[in-house]
Amino acid sequence: MIEKTGVAPSALVKKEFPEKIVLKKPKAVIECYKDIPCNPCETSCPFDAIKVPDDINHRPVIDFEKCTGCGICVYNCPGLAINVFQLKDDKVLMKIPYEFSPLPKIGKQVNVMNRAGEKVTEGVITKVQNTKKHNKTALIHIEIPSAFLYDAITIEVKPHEA
Amino acid sequence: MNEAPFVIIGAGPAGLSAAEILLKSGAHVVLIDRSDRLGGQLTKQTHMFFGSEKQHASKRGIDILKLMVDALSGYDNLTVHKETTVVGMYKDKTLACLKGETYFKVHAQAIIVATGASEKALPFENNDLPGVYAAGAVQTLMNVYGVKPGNKVLMVGSGNIGLIVSYQLMQAGIEVVKLVEAADSISGYLVHASKIRRYGVPIEMNKSVKRAIGKTAVEAVELWELDEHWQGIPGTEEMIECDTICLAVGLAPLTELMQQIGVEITFIGELGGNVPRINPRFETSVPGVYACGDVAGIEEASSAMIAGKIAATHALLNAGIEVDKAESSLASWRQELQGLRNGPHGEKVRKGLEKLGVLS
Ligand SMILES: Cc1cc2nc3c(=O)[nH]c(=O)nc-3n(C[C@H](O)[C@H](O)[C@H](O)COP(=O)(O)OP(=O)(O)OC[C@H]3O[C@@H](n4cnc5c(N)ncnc54)[C@H](O)[C@@H]3O)c2cc1C
Ligand code: SF4
Ligand code: SF4
Repeated sequence: MIEKTGVAPSALVKKEFPEKIVLKKPKAVIECYKDIPCNPCETSCPFDAIKVPDDINHRPVIDFEKCTGCGICVYNCPGLAINVFQLKDDKVLMKIPYEFSPLPKIGKQVNVMNRAGEKVTEGVITKVQNTKKHNKTALIHIEIPSAFLYDAITIEVKPHEA
Repeated sequence: MNEAPFVIIGAGPAGLSAAEILLKSGAHVVLIDRSDRLGGQLTKQTHMFFGSEKQHASKRGIDILKLMVDALSGYDNLTVHKETTVVGMYKDKTLACLKGETYFKVHAQAIIVATGASEKALPFENNDLPGVYAAGAVQTLMNVYGVKPGNKVLMVGSGNIGLIVSYQLMQAGIEVVKLVEAADSISGYLVHASKIRRYGVPIEMNKSVKRAIGKTAVEAVELWELDEHWQGIPGTEEMIECDTICLAVGLAPLTELMQQIGVEITFIGELGGNVPRINPRFETSVPGVYACGDVAGIEEASSAMIAGKIAATHALLNAGIEVDKAESSLASWRQELQGLRNGPHGEKVRKGLEKLGVLS
């Protein structure tokens, strides 16, 4: 199905997540479902948590024990295929890559979208990181209700407003 | 010793990386490009590149370009002709060039053809209406000249170009109403498809343009579903309002110049159509004439960069010029190239190269 729509079905998505208990700490979740010749995720991670084993065409594999959730791979992945998730009380804290201007402001309430581009809930922007090293892919921190852990993937961008 | 320069036609990633190798050896290099800036396709790639670090993955195309151009600075054995089109090629390796209104000739001892590719068109009713663009032209308007091509775009083609240009249109604040693809699955990388999908662009398979509608410019488009032979199915028509139809339906190598001097050209669909018959040294059937990058088969900037280095090294060796560590460099470049082509997305290229008889 994903080959026809670009939307990963939820069974596929859930397989990429660690168990919820692991998400007490922030962890990167990689959604790179097909073999492509690519490896910046591996080479950018300072903690050696991602491996593209044997062949640059293989899918990346993450070691959740090594991953600190720092988010460096998130803004280095050209596929924008990595996000960081953390469960905290009844919230999910997400770090997502964002390449639209203007950047959202801290404290702003935003529409949160699923993988098919539909609004699933609302969230609050808690931090915006966009220094030189981010090289124009900002790292946006959002807080959303924990029920949407497996649905939320990005925030809404409205055409003509950008 | 032959004092004539090595001439490179085309300053995209293939031509630029070939230039660096040639310059390092001390050879006199003439680099010619018809555009007003060096870099070929890279001049409009504002997105992060995939690939491996060795080919600058994760950097943006425009930044990679800067690195490659900087690598050529400080060489006094380099002559660059921008805004210069090579219009003719003769068997004695003389090139006829046109710069503005002025013609001049360059005689070369070896020629590296790195002219890239041109975009394919799509036949449909009214495809000459203003508002129907090739994806590359849209990219140039937006990313090089900062001009919006329109406000509501229908994208045709789900290869990486269609997917990436859709994303760049959205970044420019333009609405992409839909992306349609004639085949039954997305042909580019899924990560690029998912990226535009999550921002709300519907991606639909087995669909294409039946006709464009509008008096003086595109006002709407009529789509229809295709059967397994890519024939439109009457009764499935659907009308969509848009002011731009963007075609990303493939590239065809620019081999015309080589045809003028009788380089053997062969049709290999997997490589984009008519391609020169090259050997593993990237030399064509005319000795001393090399072809690398998209002109030798549509691939990627990453592979074009490696191909440029291999072609340039062989051009030097053939001319009797010594190249430091030639053997080991060639071996590792070949390995990198093979590595890039190993996956499922490299299958088409592998098949094409096999037909060409140069799969290493
Ligand atoms: C939207 C898009 C996204 C892409 N994304 C990626 C990516 O993420 N990673 C990746 O590796 N690749 C990517 N590519 C592919 C990559 O850009 C091309 O494969 C690469 O640029 C080919 O390099 P080249 O040097 O062969 O040709 P080109 O870059 O096309 O350069 C050819 C040059 O030759 C010049 N020329 C042609 N004819 C003449 C003539 N007669 N006289 C003088 N000059 C001439 C042209 O002006 C041009 O500058 C992308 C391409 C597009 C369109
Ligand atoms: S979030 Fe940080 S530690 Fe975890 S995989 Fe990415 S770069 Fe490595
Ligand atoms: S960098 Fe991103 S797109 Fe490339 S292999 Fe890693 S996860 Fe996939």
